[in-house]
Amino acid sequence: MTVKVSMSVNGKPVSGEVEERTLLVSFIRETLRLTGTHVGCDTAQCGACTVVMDGRAVKSCNMLAMQAEGAELVTIEGIAEPDGTLHPMQEAFRQHHGLQCGFCTPGMVISAIDLLKNTPNPTEREIREQLDGNLCRCTGYHNIVKAIAAAAQTGGGVLRR
Amino acid sequence: MSATNFIGQSVKRKEDYRFLTGEGTYTDDVVLPRQTHACFVRSPHAHAKIRKIAKDKALKAPGVVAIFTGEDIAAAKVGGLPCGWLITDVNGAPMKEPPHPVLAQGKVRYVGDHVAVVIAESIEQARDAADLLETDYEVLPAVVNASVARAQGAPVLHDIAPDNTCYVWGIGDKAAVDKAFASAHHVTTLEFVNNRLIPNAIEPRAANAQYSRSDESYTLYVANQNPHVERLLMTAFVLGLPEHKVRVVAPDVGGGFGSKIYLYAEDVVLTWAAKQVNRPVKWTAERAESFQSDAHGRDHVTRAELALDREGRFLGMRVMTTANVGAYLSTFASCVPTILYATLLAGQYTTPLIYCEVTAVFTNTAPVDAYRGAGRPEATYVVERLVETAAREMNLEPAEIRRRNFIRQFPYQTPVALQYDTGNYEATLAEAIQAADVAGFPGRKAEAAKRGKLRGLGYACYIEACGIAPSNIAGSLGARAGLFEAGEVRVHPTGKVTVFTGSHSHGQGHETTFAQVVASRLGIAVEDVDIVHGDTGKVLFGMGTYGSRSIAVGGTAIVKALDKIVAKGRKIAAHLLEASEADIEFTDGVFRVAGTDKQAPFAQVSLAAYVPHNYPLDKLEPGLNENAFYDPTNFTFPAGSYVCEVEVDPETGSTQIVNFTAVDDFGKIINPMIVEGQVHGGLVQGIGQALTEACVYDTDSGQLVTGSMQDYCVPRADDVPSFRIGTKETPCTHNPLGVKGCGEAGAIGSPAALINALTDALGVRDLEMPATPQRVWRAANKKAA
Repeated sequence: MTVKVSMSVNGKPVSGEVEERTLLVSFIRETLRLTGTHVGCDTAQCGACTVVMDGRAVKSCNMLAMQAEGAELVTIEGIAEPDGTLHPMQEAFRQHHGLQCGFCTPGMVISAIDLLKNTPNPTEREIREQLDGNLCRCTGYHNIVKAIAAAAQTGGGVLRR
Repeated sequence: MSATNFIGQSVKRKEDYRFLTGEGTYTDDVVLPRQTHACFVRSPHAHAKIRKIAKDKALKAPGVVAIFTGEDIAAAKVGGLPCGWLITDVNGAPMKEPPHPVLAQGKVRYVGDHVAVVIAESIEQARDAADLLETDYEVLPAVVNASVARAQGAPVLHDIAPDNTCYVWGIGDKAAVDKAFASAHHVTTLEFVNNRLIPNAIEPRAANAQYSRSDESYTLYVANQNPHVERLLMTAFVLGLPEHKVRVVAPDVGGGFGSKIYLYAEDVVLTWAAKQVNRPVKWTAERAESFQSDAHGRDHVTRAELALDREGRFLGMRVMTTANVGAYLSTFASCVPTILYATLLAGQYTTPLIYCEVTAVFTNTAPVDAYRGAGRPEATYVVERLVETAAREMNLEPAEIRRRNFIRQFPYQTPVALQYDTGNYEATLAEAIQAADVAGFPGRKAEAAKRGKLRGLGYACYIEACGIAPSNIAGSLGARAGLFEAGEVRVHPTGKVTVFTGSHSHGQGHETTFAQVVASRLGIAVEDVDIVHGDTGKVLFGMGTYGSRSIAVGGTAIVKALDKIVAKGRKIAAHLLEASEADIEFTDGVFRVAGTDKQAPFAQVSLAAYVPHNYPLDKLEPGLNENAFYDPTNFTFPAGSYVCEVEVDPETGSTQIVNFTAVDDFGKIINPMIVEGQVHGGLVQGIGQALTEACVYDTDSGQLVTGSMQDYCVPRADDVPSFRIGTKETPCTHNPLGVKGCGEAGAIGSPAALINALTDALGVRDLEMPATPQRVWRAANKKAA
């Protein structure tokens, strides 16, 4: 049994025929071929699949594609400027070496933007507590925390879309 | 500093843009035309005979392309997975090497063991069909604990090892060590468990295999740390394929930490199956599969003793370790608890006599192999827990007992085979003590006590052997492979450079660090150098990335190739400048005739090599492309001093790391930013081992209890602190860059420092890892009672 789903992704209307059980992350990765959104744990623990849905960071491995019907999504591919200029959060991660293997990075960047949107001037403790939903095995979080703190001063909590 | 010397500069990473924008290409991102999807059917039992597998129902399910079981693999004469290191038993016999089939042959030996593969048009169809595969098991008693597995009457995993023992291996002069103990002033004894860990790179293992009938060739995309080794093992030992017909590509890889070194059953099955179905076959592990079937790490039980004289000088060390290797021997399983462990037991100290005996045991658990540090964290834990405990027992300052025993003369031959080339242990310890403000600790402890909290301070002074290894020495110790590295420097006509390296980067930042080395040597911009790795179709050869070897071995291979480039460039320049080759100097990217203003920039020489109109063609080939293989003459020996300060809440048992200071000596550092990042990540993996992570199997059923991210606690951001990092540079004496390697240090030194701090805070002799709030609370309150 397939269903048609339609939504906006990175400012463009998209639609596709999916099985009812198709997860949102599968729709993004397999149907739309936006492979920057990753699957790390299948159980909504690691946050590598985090995308923005209607202004909120959500874990796309933990919901059905059907649940995003009509929603406005932003994936990591839609974070930078159209000319390729990095978003302040992406730039802060680069400047502060907040990424190593890069696998958790898309979800981490999106969660970090959401974090600053909700808490514009976080303390280190607040950053660490609010990053609870994203796992990184490479960086030990030290430089991710630094990057987010720095991005708080450069507009890191504002999403273009 | 020269404008083109990038050594020691924190150049921002070349790889970051693609990872930050979602443009990385990991194995699961690779989509091949007509690809099919594989689902592996795994054993739900820890130990069972397979009575029957009925495919009929599953074969009829929608979208199913093929189903293969152990019988199909056996009929096709697909070999088993090899072990790359032969360990010889104390009785002189080779270790027991039971068959390691890629799909189970009549018996399964751990939960997650590979039973069958279902290949279908979509992954959902493959999973649906897998549910319909009828497998009838006769469940057997299981054993997950190594000491239980050695007991009389324990379930037997493999016929060739009726006592479940793979080997008993020893190093050192036991009689002399026993004598030293007999006359010692003091003996410190500890018994502890080095807990089993599950690596959990955030990218799960994945592979996509393709076969082409037109030229009978294969391409395997795989999340792997050493694609040439993967190809060599698979073609030569398992599938018997012509090596030149197999291309292995390890594209962007989302973390490895050792777990992606090995040739896994899935890689072989997919490659073989791609030919059978004549279509690409893709598989990506679910996290549950990663937990069950990625090679695990550690899992030692050890009794360790240190003999000391009246002044606290170490006279001898005696270590008996039982290592759980799991159900089968993974690729490098045998050398981790022996060659990479016992040889590090001298630590930073002059202990003259050391004996270590290791018993490796098969159990009904996932295979255990190298995980970040691989043997060296276990050795450091033994040494540094013993040393700290001895200091407390003898009423010596923990720093002082270390100073009394530090090695100060180099080179230093340890009693356990290694020869350290250089080090400066006192300096790293002094810097760590200062950075950690150890002098202020009593005041902080008193202040914490007023709040009802317990503060403790612990040290760890680790050493590791990296840059593995001189091939001939490794060979004499049982290695079945060489351990050199290869590099190729391809100078393009315009003077831009592409470098091909056998090292693989899966987070370490080689594309930047190696480019800094090349740019500095050729006097060009870092942007003018690209590093290519991870593709046997492009890179000439490679032994890959593990054991913190990339810069020391892979980097040196590139330097050797650069030497050849510069040497040839001098010849070309001599011709262009009508001078004698001996008079040509090369600095800052310019060839000059010494003492004159005649010069030719690197790009002009490069162009001349490819447009050889004015060129000594009678003496010199055109082109500017060189490669080199480098086999090191010794290991490198990074070392450092860590100081950890914790605060325990005795009411809840929660532990807060209030200060963690790490001062490491990695020799020459190319990119400090990247090196610090490696230390941070290592520290948190070590802290994870000490505080939060434990792989638990149910002792009766053999089921994996910690089989998901909800059950196995990978540290989160709020579990760990920020760090104080320092470095000392004592250059390695035997490679041209003076580098030692930095990838594993944090994970090696931190568990001992943390447990030393916790035992200090709690006033207890020992505390088992992971020191969960429950264990800490019990220790705190047992003492109070």
